[in-house]
Amino acid sequence: MGALMVIFSLQTKQRRKMTDSVEDELELSAARHRPEALEQLEAQTRFSRKELQILYRGFKNECPSGVVNEDTFKEIYSQFFPQGDASTYAHFLFDAFDTDHNGSVSFEDFVMGLSILLRGTVQEKLNWAFNLYDINKDGYVTKEEMLDIIKSIYDMMGKCTYPTLKEETPRQHVEIFFQKMDKNRDGVVTIDEFIDCCQNDENIMKSMQLFENVI
Amino acid sequence: MAAGVAAWLPFARAAAIGWMPVANLPMPVAPTNKNKHQDELIILNVSGRRFQTWRNTLDRYPDTLLGSSEKEFFFNEETREYFFDRDPDVFRSILNFYRTGKLHYPRYECISAYDEELAFFGIIPEIISDCCYEEYKDRKRENAERLMDDLEDNKDSKLPNMTFRETMWRAFENPHTSTMALVFYYVTGFFIAISVITNVVETVPCGYMPNQRDIPCGERYTEAFFCMDTACVMIFTVEYLMRLFAAPSRYRFMRSVMSIIDVVAILPYYIGLVMTNNEDVSGAFVTLRVFRVFRIFKFSRHSQGLRILGYTLKSCASELGFLLFSLTMAIIIFATVMFYAEKGSSSSKFTSIPASFWYTIVTMTTLGYGDMVPKTIAGKIFGSICSLSGVLVIALPVPVIVSNFSRIYHQNQRADKRRAQKVQKARLSRMRISKGGSSSAFLHSKRNGLNQSLELTGSLEEDQQLKKTTSLLESQHHHLLHCLEKTTNHEFVDERLYEQGYMQTALQNFPSQSPSLSSEEGITGTCCSRRTKKSMQPLSATHTHSHTHNLQELSALHIQCGERQALNTSRSSLNLMSDESGSLNCKSSGLVTTAIITIPTPPSNNSRASPDAPPPPNPDAPPLPNPGNDVVKISAL
Repeated sequence: MGALMVIFSLQTKQRRKMTDSVEDELELSAARHRPEALEQLEAQTRFSRKELQILYRGFKNECPSGVVNEDTFKEIYSQFFPQGDASTYAHFLFDAFDTDHNGSVSFEDFVMGLSILLRGTVQEKLNWAFNLYDINKDGYVTKEEMLDIIKSIYDMMGKCTYPTLKEETPRQHVEIFFQKMDKNRDGVVTIDEFIDCCQNDENIMKSMQLFENVI
Repeated sequence: MAAGVAAWLPFARAAAIGWMPVANLPMPVAPTNKNKHQDELIILNVSGRRFQTWRNTLDRYPDTLLGSSEKEFFFNEETREYFFDRDPDVFRSILNFYRTGKLHYPRYECISAYDEELAFFGIIPEIISDCCYEEYKDRKRENAERLMDDLEDNKDSKLPNMTFRETMWRAFENPHTSTMALVFYYVTGFFIAISVITNVVETVPCGYMPNQRDIPCGERYTEAFFCMDTACVMIFTVEYLMRLFAAPSRYRFMRSVMSIIDVVAILPYYIGLVMTNNEDVSGAFVTLRVFRVFRIFKFSRHSQGLRILGYTLKSCASELGFLLFSLTMAIIIFATVMFYAEKGSSSSKFTSIPASFWYTIVTMTTLGYGDMVPKTIAGKIFGSICSLSGVLVIALPVPVIVSNFSRIYHQNQRADKRRAQKVQKARLSRMRISKGGSSSAFLHSKRNGLNQSLELTGSLEEDQQLKKTTSLLESQHHHLLHCLEKTTNHEFVDERLYEQGYMQTALQNFPSQSPSLSSEEGITGTCCSRRTKKSMQPLSATHTHSHTHNLQELSALHIQCGERQALNTSRSSLNLMSDESGSLNCKSSGLVTTAIITIPTPPSNNSRASPDAPPPPNPDAPPLPNPGNDVVKISAL
């Protein structure tokens, strides 16, 4: 008799768990997100109304639910780099865009990020780049973090490159970077060192202006 | 690049700012949006139905009619719209392709009408998306087969180049191909029937002998039956030998089921011939005759359904096995129970458990012969349970087998279809096309020199090339990839070229090199990069492009590489050299175009590459007789 009771309770627990997961699934699929009004976004970003319209149309086309989760993000970004594996760099980008760290990028996050990248001052852009490199967001970029970032960039090239990628290439690249940026040789790069150094480098300054007319 | 994500290209380009502080090289100039008009709605009037879309949407696929300037031919000045005199229903799918990047095939459309529309609008059917592609291919194949059938009916098919053997095999396999084959088919069928009937009639009792005993016809008309048997066996033997001769792979033929059946069918006769008048083995000989009944299986060559049935049984082996197993279990259980239940009663037929098996089987299959019946009450109770459960146990696996049969039958049909259209290969190549499309487009434009010399430092060399038909979207995407190359200091190459470079010996590149070098090259096992980098050395040596800020570097290169070539004797120095020359070369990567032409006799070509020579157009590169051309070309990109 006791055994029967145990079996019965197990059954109901299983059934409850199943219904819970079904409900969870329903909730997830119902997760929709409507962005703030056009006027508000216009005020918060440096885009014009028309530009915001174009951006939103493209955004909504690819993500009808209004939010991008990391997998969709990776998929979209990988389409631009067919020869390599863009997922790691896409992950870092996702973290950089997802400013409130809630696991999804809404249209506001997206458009804020773009506003900095395309219409921001050089200072803001460099800030953003530093934020991208600083994986754990502690204000310091260590060699390991930089190595991860640079490896992910090299991953995007894929394997069919000339000259062929070697194991030490990313590491060498990191060394060059640190030699340039780490002024006080303490093994980490702070935001001030970074901005200082970039502002003194002609190439970097020029390339920052590269994407002015993207929209 | 799918159309949907074209809208995300600005984002991808903006994100490229993340690479800038890491890059050590100057970035190429971004393509400018020359016709910076605002995005406008265009109207497409297709046989009266108006479709509207953004101009940019159509521009996503510049190599189709709607995406290129070809649509201007259809522009109607008075109504300011594009008029197409085509089917509006199919146009819906086509326009959706531009919008979503996926081309769907509507099931209700006729396949040839759809194909025509696709051809008109310049869209290749291979990009139909996976959800509709199988349906499309199926319909297309059906259509093609139907056309083929119509064609075949009208021609005397006699492929001239088949050998006699092949013709024979074809005749055996498809009796419909020639009249001879058909005749043969029917004759063998007739004789199989005759043989089977003979075997059956042989055992029928007919007539009386003086000693008042019915004897079978076989013993009465021995000679007649013997002649009949001989004739049939003759025919079968001849047929078997002919098939054996005609088979393309004799070993495989001999192992096939049908040939084994053939052999088993005719063997008893020959064994009988050999072993006549031997009393001891005549008993065994008589048993052998039972194998003659296998002749009936020869009919399966004549019947497709029989073959499928046999195949189904073979593939339903697991279900059949399960049926057998469950039956055996039930039989053993019930037989034991019945035995012990009937043990008490006297004169019970249930003498042992194996003896009860017979009762259990007869009861479970609801035959109920009645030769064994339980007499005790317990026996009757268990007997009734046995018969009830028998129905269940037998009825359950049967639908499984039946559904299996129908599934396999349909699968068979589909498997044949799929084999005929080699879907897997086509699918993979389709994926490769769509995936490689963008990357190959990039490499293609590189080869055309569209991306060369677009450095931020200054001289924007140009420009007639830029007028090529790459859409703005494409050129922006290529610019993005180019920035990535500059960031990482490596270049994209074609997979084919990459593998070539991997395996190719640089020996072919330098016919006029010093003997020490060529002997080095002959040693295989050096790594690919070393070899390809070796090819770079003479390149850099002949480098005399006139870019201002690089001239210093170049002269330095000149000297260094000149030195290094002399040192090319030992392998260790080769290692040393290749790395450094590799990095040196990368600094001047965008400027190597000149060197392509001058490669074949490297050291002597310093004079040819004059400082003022403009970068020669790439079409010159291919006609170079140099077999190592491809490797060299890589570096020029």
